[in-house]
Amino acid sequence: MSDLTTPAAYTLEDFRGSRKRMRTEHLVRAVLFLAALLSIVISVLIVASLVGEAWTFVSQVEAASLWSDGWFPRRGIYDIKTLLTGTLIVTVIAMAVAMPLGLGAAIYLSEYAPAGVRKLLKPVLEILAGIPSVVLGFFALTFLSPVIVQRLSSEATQFNIAAAGIGVGILTIPLVASISEDAMRSVPAALREASYGLGARKITTTIRVVIPAAVSGLVAAFIVAVSRAIGETMVVFIAAGATGGSLFSTDPFKPGQTMTAAIASQAAGTDQVRGAGLTFQSLFFVALLLFAITLVLNVLAGRFVQRVRQAY
Amino acid sequence: MALTTPAAQVGAIVPEQVRRQLTGRRSDTAGRIFQAVLIGAVAASVAVLGVLVYDMVQTGSGTLTGRLGDFLTGSLRSQPGESGLLQGLRGTFYIGVFTVVFAFPIGVGAAIYLEEYASKSRLSRFIDLNIRNLAGVPSVVYGILGLAIFVKALGSFTGPSSQGRSLISAGLTLAILVLPIVIITASEALRAVPGSLREAGYGVGATRWEVTRDHVLPYAAPGILTGTVLALARAMGEAAPLILVGAVTGFLSGGTELDPTTLGDRFTAMPIIITTWAGRPGPEWEQATAAAIVVLLVVVLLANAVAILLRNHYEKKRG
Repeated sequence: MSDLTTPAAYTLEDFRGSRKRMRTEHLVRAVLFLAALLSIVISVLIVASLVGEAWTFVSQVEAASLWSDGWFPRRGIYDIKTLLTGTLIVTVIAMAVAMPLGLGAAIYLSEYAPAGVRKLLKPVLEILAGIPSVVLGFFALTFLSPVIVQRLSSEATQFNIAAAGIGVGILTIPLVASISEDAMRSVPAALREASYGLGARKITTTIRVVIPAAVSGLVAAFIVAVSRAIGETMVVFIAAGATGGSLFSTDPFKPGQTMTAAIASQAAGTDQVRGAGLTFQSLFFVALLLFAITLVLNVLAGRFVQRVRQAY
Repeated sequence: MALTTPAAQVGAIVPEQVRRQLTGRRSDTAGRIFQAVLIGAVAASVAVLGVLVYDMVQTGSGTLTGRLGDFLTGSLRSQPGESGLLQGLRGTFYIGVFTVVFAFPIGVGAAIYLEEYASKSRLSRFIDLNIRNLAGVPSVVYGILGLAIFVKALGSFTGPSSQGRSLISAGLTLAILVLPIVIITASEALRAVPGSLREAGYGVGATRWEVTRDHVLPYAAPGILTGTVLALARAMGEAAPLILVGAVTGFLSGGTELDPTTLGDRFTAMPIIITTWAGRPGPEWEQATAAAIVVLLVVVLLANAVAILLRNHYEKKRG
């Protein structure tokens, strides 16, 4: 009872708990902070390891060899536009496959599908997202190339950019579907109800109300998918041929090279990156380019996703 | 009472009459076509998965039924009919181990810091943004990182006998690759923990770490586990970074025993074997590749399916 009458007997120290608890608390906090900080260290390491060798490449390479007619790093021919064109073609084909299918699936799942169907289909799409890219590479080479691409063009070779592009597209369908669906589901039901209240049909509501309201998210889905397609390596590496080097080509039915596949194919086969002169450094240059492009796209996509979140 | 009986009828008949009066005889053709197109898109996406799995099982069935035991326990050979996956399975197993040992604790720790400890300062927002961007970095760039750091710079530690082109380098590279995925999914799981749980803990005098350890983490455990399994599946399916850190694409002697003292030696992994075999000509190699793919898919898709089911189960339970 006397305790209650003399509250002044307590000091702040009494509420702090034992010193051991405090010590643990500080120690844990420090360790967790280091874990979080590691991500920044990794980013710094990525940039540092890329920039050093890339700079060696840029400062020593002959300017003429950067604009010739192919990518043959072991022979000192580093035509960047060959890789950029190959990457662009693969990305365009991939988006032509992934955007309609992914968006269609997203609209269906978000607006049309009954709850039961949705619950069944979402995991299937997630499993599609889990397929390793080497598997899709082999699928592109042994199925998509003979069954689809070589029927579209009798000129098509076994290894071709088009099959690789379709493979990359299949790989990005789940990504497009999941980001777009998230965006459309975050559109408030009140907007749909208002539209129905005015007598609009479901298709009108979907196309004229839900999609415009979610457009930032759909743009984000597109950008993330493009970034993913640009960064995809193994499908192109396996299905597009052109290991080692590639002539400049804009024909999707012929073998070709992308930035990612160019990096991987220099390292493969020989078990080790080697070659004349600047071969090793050229990989770092291409990787830095790739890193910069995907970084810009990802930051951009982040902005668009943010916009959806702020709007609703 | 009078109101209840017609109400049942209203539910069944009136909306249908109202709808007919409003739409008249017009049928919603555009709407039906649109819906059919959407269903077509979903069906095509699902069909791709079906065709892919069917095609692989079909092509690989000869090898899988003919000599499954031999196929799983044999080494890489020059003949497709004799080659086995053991060295690749071992490599992939250890890559999984590295992911769990490094990416899991560090990733969950970082997520705990960001969600439970960090104030919304500029630094924590920067870390957050940085992690999101890291998740979007192409895997081949992580391979370059592994090549520069673990193979070239730290080669004498990661593999004295293999010039750094070892399972240690590969495992660490892939652990770094999946770290952002672990952090992001763990953060989401932590964010889903109700605030009242924390407040109750603080209310009885627990410290932040005590609340996190005893109440927040157990509640978030299924979500964190799901994310980790997905990250594990991703790591086991990656090939591009392994090519850069020097996985053996030709033939490999040794590399069949699980002995961890050989982690510094040359190595190969399942996705690398598939890539190499896919590049070899002839239907026999095609069969062997498809069979290897089925083995990899069983491992990876099973992990994915378990993770997804686990998550859905807990989501449902908590409403």
